[in-house]
Amino acid sequence: MSVIIILIILAVLVASGFLLAFIWAVRSGQYDDTVSPGVRMLFDEKKEKKSEKKSQN
Amino acid sequence: MEKGTEHKEDMTCYHCGEACEEELINYDDKAFCCNGCKMVYEILEENDLCNYYDLESSPGISLKNRDYEEKYAFLENEEIQDKLLNYSSEQLNKIVFKIPAIHCSSCIWLLEHLDNLREGIITSRVNFVRKEVTIDYNPEVISLKKVVELLATIGYEPEINLQNVSENKAKKESRKLYLQIGIAGFCFGNIMLLSFPEYFGFEGLDQEIQRFIMYANIVLALPIVFFSASTYFTSAIKGLRQKYINIDVPIALGIIALFGRSLYDIFFHIGPGFLDSLSGLVFFLLIGKWFQSKTYESLSFERDYKSYFPLAVNRIGESGREVVQVTELKEGDVIEVRNREVIPADTVLLSADAAIDYSFVTGEAEAILKASGDRIYAGGRQVGHPIQLRVLKQVSQSYLTQLWNSDTFQQQSKYETLINSISKYFTLGVLLIALITGIYWFFTEPGNILNSVTAVLIVACPCALSLATPFTLGNAMTILGRHKFYLKHMSVIEQLWSITRIVFDKTGTLTKGTSGNVHFQGLLTQDEKNLIGAASLGSTHPLSRMIHAETYTSKHFEPLSFEEVEGKGISAVVEGHDVRLGSGSWINGVHLNDQETATKVYLSIDNIQKGHYTFGNVYRQGLEKTIGALNAYDLSVVSGDNESERVTLSSVFPRATEMLFKQKPEDKLEYIKSKQGEGEELIMLGDGLNDAGALKQADVGIAVTEDVSAFTPASDAILYGGNFNNFDKYLGFARSTKKVILASFMISFIYNFVGLSFAITANLTPLFAAILMPLSSISVVAFATFAVRGLAYRRGL
Repeated sequence: MSVIIILIILAVLVASGFLLAFIWAVRSGQYDDTVSPGVRMLFDEKKEKKSEKKSQN
Repeated sequence: MEKGTEHKEDMTCYHCGEACEEELINYDDKAFCCNGCKMVYEILEENDLCNYYDLESSPGISLKNRDYEEKYAFLENEEIQDKLLNYSSEQLNKIVFKIPAIHCSSCIWLLEHLDNLREGIITSRVNFVRKEVTIDYNPEVISLKKVVELLATIGYEPEINLQNVSENKAKKESRKLYLQIGIAGFCFGNIMLLSFPEYFGFEGLDQEIQRFIMYANIVLALPIVFFSASTYFTSAIKGLRQKYINIDVPIALGIIALFGRSLYDIFFHIGPGFLDSLSGLVFFLLIGKWFQSKTYESLSFERDYKSYFPLAVNRIGESGREVVQVTELKEGDVIEVRNREVIPADTVLLSADAAIDYSFVTGEAEAILKASGDRIYAGGRQVGHPIQLRVLKQVSQSYLTQLWNSDTFQQQSKYETLINSISKYFTLGVLLIALITGIYWFFTEPGNILNSVTAVLIVACPCALSLATPFTLGNAMTILGRHKFYLKHMSVIEQLWSITRIVFDKTGTLTKGTSGNVHFQGLLTQDEKNLIGAASLGSTHPLSRMIHAETYTSKHFEPLSFEEVEGKGISAVVEGHDVRLGSGSWINGVHLNDQETATKVYLSIDNIQKGHYTFGNVYRQGLEKTIGALNAYDLSVVSGDNESERVTLSSVFPRATEMLFKQKPEDKLEYIKSKQGEGEELIMLGDGLNDAGALKQADVGIAVTEDVSAFTPASDAILYGGNFNNFDKYLGFARSTKKVILASFMISFIYNFVGLSFAITANLTPLFAAILMPLSSISVVAFATFAVRGLAYRRGL
């Protein structure tokens, strides 16, 4: 039966890994702004177009 | 490309979405409401950034009446740069700006593409929630001033505040809450998982494993008690130290009771304890707290940026005197401050001398004498002749609002606020119920003591109760602020509930302060007019302001001396002439007969009577309707003027109205006091500067103002003169909030009653209580917010 104890400890350790990931995410500021990253990823990158236009002129 | 200007009404601006009422500029087949908006479009078009307009329609910020020329010159100062920059090196500077105008995804897009607009900007990142943008730029290519000017020209003017460095603290606070929630959630989940065997009765489980699970639960509960719940303990202790039982006391007691009971049970092999309930309780409490702070954040944001009263000041520019918003002041500007006006920025005195009353800042009313060249800090008030000052440093409007809100001027709280009086007894009552419950179970079934007592402590938390007031009043204050009725504090609304009488000043309140017809009876030369213009400038009395507007020319003299005698008039020495303006008895030295019928101001120059000004009274539009709608109150009119307007006023006001004329400011104050002595509670509406005493004495003093700052600690509220005709609506709305709060209290009490009845009978598991509590908070908050908005909508606000 003592294998259950080992399993429990393992399970909690694995879960702690995710907890640590969460703590890291909060500390590094990922929860400071939850709106703009979602919007940002939809923007087209237009930088190249600008240089194209300039070379055309 | 065609370009033309024409007048048209139903077009809206392609950039900002406002109706193009004043002018319409066609450019590139698109309509713009002003040159500013068109210019932004041009800039964006040139740089191929018109994607801005595709993300949202009309996302821009209106640029009407904006002028940035030299406004940001102070940013070239290295010391100031050092204060603002977060990081600085030769090729990379980092800075964070707060930009209140950020409001949609187009804003994010444009602000993050600043590098396409200007060489030298390396990257820019927006934090939408905090309305901040972080910009990295190369100082060798572009200066800080240019960066700020760029932001300002495209409509995203940053708020530059040198005093506020406490921003980081708020960030840490919110991160801590996230961590507390995360850790509580982790521990809660794992404890629940490990508790499953217990729920199924531990059958067939090894003693050894049972033991292990219990100790594992204790280990998992430790971070909950000592980290996640720590805020409740510190807050409860803080409260107790100040001999005040706050709402966190019962929560802290409940947590301690649950944890202690569980340890006792486990160590003495009595049972598995209540660690699952404890962790669930803390987890749900924190979730509720997070929700509250989110809602409160958006509420306070609205209040801070949308409902500020506009504070104005006289600036002396090249083209003469002009009234500008305080926020438009820039370093080096010369401003003029008159008797009893507030100095809105840190300045250097240019006039020869000044007497500054710092009572706003320090609470000391003694005026301090200053000489030319002395530094004068924002918040002081000039007493006496008008002075000229050069602005050294801009002060944020929020600093001035803080002064207004400052505790020094909180009226000696005549009332215990509703919530304070209730919550004090509430907590004591809960502790008493817990005690009685405990005693009852001690004699009947001792096993239930801990269960029931902890349940009582937990379920009866007055969170919902304490939330009802701030959310209701906060929302109401924001709505009123949008209609230019600015309240000093939420408690002002509570004071409005019990008002019985409304006292009006006449000039500037019932009549329009600025557009009365001024006539002079007698003859004046242009030179004499100039003298009068200079003399009347120093006074903030509505009649002086009207005379000044009448006589003002570009020619300006500096008065040598200036004195204002309250309720009598002003005397000034201008260009060697002794100019006096004031009441007949004061100027002529004789008492005129009381049959005098018109509002008059007499004039003498070098002790020679020149005649008098008469004022036609122009009453505000819709006055009759407004007064008619206030028939539930006793009304009074207290005027410094003579009886000439009694007949007109009688036709507007109900018969029972008390009308007093020829009242000096002291008389008005005495009148208010005597009415209060009779047990009445009064609103006084008047001129913020000249009726300051009466406004302060009144239960609610409302300064009615047109264009110039009525910034005085005496008033509890500021009402924009043009919206005076809606005063009845505002008052009715403010009073209806009481019903909302009472209804919220009822909801909260019902929750508590249901919870308590289960708790006392020991039928309530702490976990169920932990779910019920945040639920009650959320429903009360939602109810308060929607009810207030609904009421405002119904009243057309």
